[in-house]
Amino acid sequence: MAKDKPQNIANLEDPAKRETFRNLFKKFGVVLVGSIVGQSMILSRSARAAEALRPPGALPDLEFDSSCIRCGLCVEDCPYDILKLASWADPAPQGTPYFVAREEPCRMCKDIPCAKACPTGALDRHMTDIKKADMGVAVLVDHETCLNYKGMTCSICWRVCPIRDEAITLEPIESEKGRLLIPTVHSDTCTGCGTCEKHCVLSEAAIRVLPRELGLGLSGRNAVGRS
Amino acid sequence: MLRLGRSLYRHRWLLTRRTVQIAILLAFIVHIPGYGKIAEGNLSSSLWFGELKLTDPFILLQSFFAGSSIAMPALIGALIVGGFYAFFAGRLYCSWVCPINLVTDLAYWLRKKLNIKGNMSLSRSLRLWVLALALALSFLGGTLAWEMINPITRFQRELIWFSWSGAMLLGALFLFDLFVSRRAWCGHLCPVGAFYGLLGRYGRLKVTATATESCESSRCSRCVAVCPEPHVLAPVVSKQAQSVTSSDCTRCGACLDECHEGTLSMKLDLAGIVAGKTKN
Repeated sequence: MAKDKPQNIANLEDPAKRETFRNLFKKFGVVLVGSIVGQSMILSRSARAAEALRPPGALPDLEFDSSCIRCGLCVEDCPYDILKLASWADPAPQGTPYFVAREEPCRMCKDIPCAKACPTGALDRHMTDIKKADMGVAVLVDHETCLNYKGMTCSICWRVCPIRDEAITLEPIESEKGRLLIPTVHSDTCTGCGTCEKHCVLSEAAIRVLPRELGLGLSGRNAVGRS
Repeated sequence: MLRLGRSLYRHRWLLTRRTVQIAILLAFIVHIPGYGKIAEGNLSSSLWFGELKLTDPFILLQSFFAGSSIAMPALIGALIVGGFYAFFAGRLYCSWVCPINLVTDLAYWLRKKLNIKGNMSLSRSLRLWVLALALALSFLGGTLAWEMINPITRFQRELIWFSWSGAMLLGALFLFDLFVSRRAWCGHLCPVGAFYGLLGRYGRLKVTATATESCESSRCSRCVAVCPEPHVLAPVVSKQAQSVTSSDCTRCGACLDECHEGTLSMKLDLAGIVAGKTKN
């Protein structure tokens, strides 16, 4: 070690070596600045909006973002042309597939062609039962405008639901308006296909598909506890 | 008629190349009645003739760096593509497949027509740093960093599902190549080209010189003038090498179209493998 030291100093005094080191440091500087700028760009980009739903069998958001290679094979294999690939201006990371339930809901094909087409594991191509899909969960978000709450028994969300009487049931309650039939979503069977949201007769849907973490409450250790 | 024939012959590589490029592009777009499309997906991952699954190894590598596990169909597809380019030549992708080449070649052609001299010089190794950055950012960000920019798949997405934001980026790239820096994108910046260059470092398809005496007597160096990566031909023209070995060579064949002496030809150097093995 002691012998090495003076030799290193001699190397540094060599102008060619010095130039090499300068170039190297310059490049490392560029890479460092590039990484910081690039990473802040990645971190500051808008996340997937709640209304942009993933196709059936999709991994959770963070894993989906690293697994999906943005090829659009799922989009092309959707027989109803519901899926879209996000471009820059769309509410999902660009190049990734999504659909908006209020525009066109997932038709829940039995053979799940979109998931089968996925070459990576971003969509589970081994999924066999579309009823196990989890694209989100329907939530009756507005009790003030929902016609069933007004006593008019519209019930369209219940009637169009592809898993009728399991994912959405009509629960009778007595109120001062008389007997109301309240559309009630069962989160364990709802796939988040969005058919109810699409067909809600209001100008803005009173029932909407939300990502589970936004749409569902969660009890703590006891029924009223936070943790 | 004879003139037309000669003109076609003098552009034989260019014409073949454009035909291949456009055929690949159309395979993804044209819907044949009763059959559908020849290729589905895009250059990131595609399904050809309903059977053959191909995946871009660079995009899969980003996915791996981002922390994803690699699924079988994508891995096999990437091995087929990677194997092909590793055996023949990596940057074949740049000149024969990549649709951005159409845009940048147009910019370069226009640059010459308009006689634009201004040039911001960039280092050719810049693309390697962009490549390293793309992988580092994929790792740090947990996403496919280059796919936020990648104009190749964007170009295809724009053709299939048009959007203005993507068209703007392609326009910016075209203008940069046209006015700011000569062959900036494909020759200096694009990490996809850099990746395929590294992948096909020992590719067997090579531009080979057979008789350089005629070059010397006529003092012609038109091949170098038309080459998009002129430094790769330098050792051949100066007779230090028999064939182009630089991984930067895109095998576009521009030099072969230009070489009227018949000195240069495209050769599959299989003997090199055996020689290489015996050396080891």
